Amino acid sequence: MSAALSVTTVRKSFGGLVAVNDLSFEVERGELYGLIGPNGSGKTTMLNLISGALQPDAGEIKLAGATISGLAAHRIARLGVARTFQLVRVLPSMDAERNVMAGAVFGHRSLWGAELHELARELLALVGLRGREHVPVVAMTYIDQKRVELARAIASDPQVLLLDEWLAGLNPSELAIGIELIERLSRQGRTIIMVEHVMDAIRTLCGRCLVMSSGRLIKEGGVAEVLSDPEVVRAYLGDDDA
Amino acid sequence: MTRFLPDEFRIPAIGAGVIVLAALLPLFDDGFYLAMAVNIVLYAALCTAWALFSGPTHYISLATAAFFGLGTYAVALGNELLPFPLLVALGAAIAAVLAGFVGAATLRISGVYFVIFTLGLAELVRQIVSWAQVKWSTRMGLYVFTDFTEAHIYWMLLALTAAVFLTGWLINRSRLGFAMQIIGNDEAVARHCGIDTARLKIILFMISGAFIGMAGAIVAPRYLYVAPPSAFNPTISFLVVIMALLGGTRWLWGPLVGVIPFTIVMEFVSANFPNDTSIVIGIVFLVIVYVLPDGVTGRLEQLLARMRRTSTASKAATVKEAA
Repeated sequence: MSAALSVTTVRKSFGGLVAVNDLSFEVERGELYGLIGPNGSGKTTMLNLISGALQPDAGEIKLAGATISGLAAHRIARLGVARTFQLVRVLPSMDAERNVMAGAVFGHRSLWGAELHELARELLALVGLRGREHVPVVAMTYIDQKRVELARAIASDPQVLLLDEWLAGLNPSELAIGIELIERLSRQGRTIIMVEHVMDAIRTLCGRCLVMSSGRLIKEGGVAEVLSDPEVVRAYLGDDDA
Repeated sequence: MTRFLPDEFRIPAIGAGVIVLAALLPLFDDGFYLAMAVNIVLYAALCTAWALFSGPTHYISLATAAFFGLGTYAVALGNELLPFPLLVALGAAIAAVLAGFVGAATLRISGVYFVIFTLGLAELVRQIVSWAQVKWSTRMGLYVFTDFTEAHIYWMLLALTAAVFLTGWLINRSRLGFAMQIIGNDEAVARHCGIDTARLKIILFMISGAFIGMAGAIVAPRYLYVAPPSAFNPTISFLVVIMALLGGTRWLWGPLVGVIPFTIVMEFVSANFPNDTSIVIGIVFLVIVYVLPDGVTGRLEQLLARMRRTSTASKAATVKEAA
């Protein structure tokens, strides 16, 4: 059986800057895979390439064996890739329920009517927002907006879920709740790729991870082994401090 | 209270009642008030059709005159050859095709360019029609002789307005309407939710253009003599934007709130200051943008929200005092 997602020698440059430099990796079904690296190392660009927000200059991305690189973002979404954004993006004129519904109508799953409302309510309960269906999202706190965004992403029942620093900006108690929530989604058998700066979360949640630096893969493997690698430490702290 | 209708059908039922009442007007007057009513229903149809697209997408189209003029010309050219209803349908189809091309060419680019492009397009179509007329018919205009009275035109425009409202209501309840709301909120999120944003915007622009073309076709007999400067008059495009924004585009009935007072004021201005009409329109436009950026309906919503807050606050204060 083919991997849930495979990335083969993908390259993307902006002018003279090579943001992603011949990157290759595979994510297995049901795996929670971490994508880490210092700021500006190309992690978000990689997620944008997978989700179709950007097109790679070279290389190939496959979803369950089928090529998705080169397709428009909406087609990739329909094939089963869902994402959240680094800076939370909710639909400001709508309430929580309609925000979640947006994920389940046009994408990988195509629901309408009572079934759709039912699903939105279930997912809001799953992310801890039971009974808050009709609260306008603009009146919600940052973490609640993040929950809504996460519920919208899983509403499409994606084959692969991309989380772009979903835990960033949460306070310590919210962080614990957030980690627990991602763990719960993973236990449901979802394939998740998470870009993250919170190392505790990577240690707790991920089996394997990949470290990027200046667009290149510098280390991939089991989390404990990768995080103690001297080259990874150097990439994070700089040469002088290592 | 007895509920005669479920909530979701109450609004269309009220709308149908209003239309039936409006349809009785020609029985009472066939002069000044009917002429004014024709202008009101004409702009009600145009502005609501315009807002079907521009409301949710926030793209300001100035191509209204192009679609309108093509509808007018469909009737002017084919009047001797084909039955009138067929010509109206033809006007709709031609306008929709043009909207499709414009959409495919421009909707991928950002809002400002879209505005300029649509304005240029309307002018281009007008110039092409003028050129073609001089070249092939050696006349600047065409006569449109029909048996339609002012009342007939009024009823047809009223039916068209009803059709635009019904279409808008159905779209708002459909997946297309939900998709347009998502696009209006955040286009990138819409794409990642699986929405083919470019295609849906083109479809909606075509629907909007088709209705505007039909309006142009229906009023053609009223002009008697059709020439490019009147059929493709850019003032039509600007007036539609002004009235729709005055009313507000968040609700389907928003533009109507702008159309009725504006048409009446315009009637008054053009009767009393025939030489300064454009100056007055210009000033009114500035005032609207400055004072009512969200239109009358947007302002009403704000006022309602404020009243609700004040009443909740005063209730809370009363409770506090009692305690």
